[in-house]
Amino acid sequence: MALLRHTSSVIAERHALTINPAKTCQPVGAMYAALGIHACLPHSHGSQGCCAYHRSTLTRHYKEPVMAATSSFTEGAAVFGGQANLLQAIETIFTTYNPELIAVHTTCLSETIGDDLVQIIAKAREEGKIPHGKRVIHANTPSYAGSHVTGFSNMVKAMVTYLAEPARQRVRRINLVPGWVEPADIRELKRILAMLQIDATVFPDTSGVLDGPQTGSFAMFPPGGVTCEQLVKTGANSLTMAIGPTASHAAALALDAKCKVPFETVELPLGLRATDTFVQTLAARAMVEIPPALEEERGRLVDVMSDMHQYFYRKRVALWGDPDQLVALTGFLCDLDMLPVYIVTGTPDPTFEDRIACAMQGRVPGAKVRQGPCADMFLLHQWIKQEPVDVLIGNTYGKYIARDENIPFVRYGFPILDRVGHAYFPSLGYYGGLRLLEKILDAILDHKDRTSPEESFELVL
Amino acid sequence: MKNRPAPERLREQLVKRYPAKVAKKRLGQIVVNTKDASGAVPEIKANTRTSPGIITQRGCCYAGCKGVVLGPTRDIINLVHGPIGCSFYAWLTRRNQTRPETPDADNFMTYCFSTDLRDEDIVFGGEKKLRQAIQEAYDLFHPKAIGVFATCPVGLIGDDIHAVAREMKEKLGGCNVFAFSCEGYKGVSQSAGHHIANNQLFKHVIGLNDEPPAGRFKITLLGEYNIGGDAFIIEEMLAACGITLVATLSGNSTIAQFERAHTADVNCVMCHRSINYVADMIEKKYGVPWFKVNFIGANATAKSLRRIAAFFDDPQLTQTVEAYITEQLAQVHAVAADVRTRCEGKTAMLFVGGSRAHHYQELFAEIGMKTLAAGYEFAHRDDYEGRRVLSSIKVDADSRNIEELDVQPDPEKYRPRISPEEMAARGLPHQDYAGMMPEMEDNTLVIDDISEHETQELLHTWRPDVFCAGIKEKYGVQKNGIPCKQLHSYDYGGPYAGFKGAINFYREIDRMINATVWKMITPPWRQNGTPHLEAEYVRS
Repeated sequence: MALLRHTSSVIAERHALTINPAKTCQPVGAMYAALGIHACLPHSHGSQGCCAYHRSTLTRHYKEPVMAATSSFTEGAAVFGGQANLLQAIETIFTTYNPELIAVHTTCLSETIGDDLVQIIAKAREEGKIPHGKRVIHANTPSYAGSHVTGFSNMVKAMVTYLAEPARQRVRRINLVPGWVEPADIRELKRILAMLQIDATVFPDTSGVLDGPQTGSFAMFPPGGVTCEQLVKTGANSLTMAIGPTASHAAALALDAKCKVPFETVELPLGLRATDTFVQTLAARAMVEIPPALEEERGRLVDVMSDMHQYFYRKRVALWGDPDQLVALTGFLCDLDMLPVYIVTGTPDPTFEDRIACAMQGRVPGAKVRQGPCADMFLLHQWIKQEPVDVLIGNTYGKYIARDENIPFVRYGFPILDRVGHAYFPSLGYYGGLRLLEKILDAILDHKDRTSPEESFELVL
Repeated sequence: MKNRPAPERLREQLVKRYPAKVAKKRLGQIVVNTKDASGAVPEIKANTRTSPGIITQRGCCYAGCKGVVLGPTRDIINLVHGPIGCSFYAWLTRRNQTRPETPDADNFMTYCFSTDLRDEDIVFGGEKKLRQAIQEAYDLFHPKAIGVFATCPVGLIGDDIHAVAREMKEKLGGCNVFAFSCEGYKGVSQSAGHHIANNQLFKHVIGLNDEPPAGRFKITLLGEYNIGGDAFIIEEMLAACGITLVATLSGNSTIAQFERAHTADVNCVMCHRSINYVADMIEKKYGVPWFKVNFIGANATAKSLRRIAAFFDDPQLTQTVEAYITEQLAQVHAVAADVRTRCEGKTAMLFVGGSRAHHYQELFAEIGMKTLAAGYEFAHRDDYEGRRVLSSIKVDADSRNIEELDVQPDPEKYRPRISPEEMAARGLPHQDYAGMMPEMEDNTLVIDDISEHETQELLHTWRPDVFCAGIKEKYGVQKNGIPCKQLHSYDYGGPYAGFKGAINFYREIDRMINATVWKMITPPWRQNGTPHLEAEYVRS
């Protein structure tokens, strides 16, 4: 009996067939990024299905309302263009829902037929469909290029190209582009910035948007998110810190090109080494001291790493997901002396193998790393069938492999559809590293407790 | 209820914020229900295009085709031809459960197959890649069948997926390969996809095997998708009564079932919207009649089992069925009586799908709950007003391109089972469905393709005790302190079909409505009558 009974350990090369993907398409990333703008309504310019699917996935991941509109293309629009649909949508959205901003992203349909969003939005303004003081921005996010992370990156870049304004006076504030991370991670980043006494604009910022409270009253536009005003002023800030290159570098580059804001791009501050790099880079560029309180937090993480080292040592790990997360996680696992032996991302990224190698520092000989076409969870499972691993780390789709192969499984990444916690507890920073360690240990030790012979069933671990 | 606007006033209030043209259109889709002497209800506009930007529940044609109709069949490889997203979002996201007969029997439900079309494929065409993907799927898995599903770009780039399917079917030999032109922009909703799925199944699969299974009282169940195990319950019930289930379209199904689906003596239609096409086509070609059943609700289930018994008109079967019903209803009534004490007089609203918004009203009624308002996401006028209005429905431009197959009686296989007159004599509503509105009370509100704005307005004004919809609505409803029951996914619960399912549903609604947490939303320091102390710390 098996959930994935058709997966054999004999690997045949595939060139055309993707099975159990380790990526999805651009628009959902654009939708998630747009939700990080205060009082923004994301808008999907395509068929109804796209918007429905993207809202559904984000909703299942966050257990929160995810509001977005669609151009509802019909066959006629596919032939003649979606201008009429988008113009009507803009009018209906401002009239009915009154957001501050509509963030439009395209789909494979609107891209294939070549709708010119710049022209359509200009026409909307001409026709008075955009109320005074309100804005409409757009990003081109064709689903047949890149992955969902590309869509996120494109929308964040659009925030810059549309809204950021150059300024003569530099302000002693930094921009932080946090990458595709959870609201809890953004809260944690802001907390670290506060400890370093660095004033920052974080964009996009989904905290206070997708981790909202139950107050008995539904707010179409929750209080969180970066404001348009703050986005405008990003052009006046002194530095952009882009974390997670795949997700954030493009926006930092654009801010430099448009407003001459210098930038640093670093890997996601996940785990000890990457958080050290983040903190040091920030402190150096902002010329601030690293406070004892933060150093103590670091010390606590190191403490747990050393206390529980025996349970991490030489454990083989299989990971899948998005490049930024995988690179940082690989570094962390290596510093724990774990062996991330199988790493798969469906996101095409020619720099991926190099970034992973850099994170591994030669400590995982024979590691199998794959990105892009046909780099999927079917392949990952086949590797596992050939030679098993001790831990799985990835999104909810891993549970089928975990159950079939009886492997401890830690949920991390996107989407997580069957557990809560990821929106409320960070995985970034030293504090987030602690939580990640707790989760990895829980998985390993629960498994140990479930499978130990009675004679070696331990009280203390 | 204090300050609760009357239905006609609420109807106007719902559209006030919209631009004028949108308001006018929506007014045609929001109807105050009344029933005249002949049982006729007001006309409602349905199955028309959604206003862009209004925030709809609807999805697309592809979802209705691949997700709904073909998805639940476990031994077909469903290959999505398009960019990665369409296949990813339909990967296990629908709770159509399945039970392979043996540990080794084919089961592809946990897999997601895609040609992952990229830039170069869009520019140069994807047929070559599709051909190769089909070959790779066959070489790896040797499936009995491969279904190919088109996504939005496919029609635009001119890939002839049917030609590729034909070619590969011949090349592979022994593997049925067929394609669905279900591009997402076709039609106005998932409904177009149902229709396309029905057409292609009828063309390529149904009727391939004329050998019926052994057993008496053969029925085929149409429009049951085994969400949360509903079909398992129905299978159990039918088996207990000695009724032979030839095929289910398509819950817990295999392609072998589809191939012989036409060998039943009667077809029983659960979800009218998604499968009425196949029901009509099988009757036209093979003479197998159909009537509507409904296994949602204990009384409805009893009625449906009795209908099946009436069709076969066999005293032994009738006796078995009656005994089964009596035994089951006793258990149901005990639970309903208990749950009623906590749910009597409470209110519900249902806005979902193309069938459930109607049938689940029965379950609520069985625990004393009133339906204030209801509507479908993608149903047509006949689902609202009944099939009596079919001839007056005009197919608009958006739906005109969906193929209507021209079906003729098969020269050898057409074999009408009983005449329509005999069916009527046995009390069987041949090819009929009364629709939702005739079974709703006067002055309830019926809303087609409800928007997010209208949903929130309904919640604030008529404040139901429970609101039924889908995942996209769920948390926006619950943030108001009102429980939302998902009727697509059952909130990962169920089954809710049959007698056992009714008991599950009663208990679930009891849980949702009466959960302690709803009373704890307001912090104690914000509640009336709680002393609120203020003081300043003064240094001594």
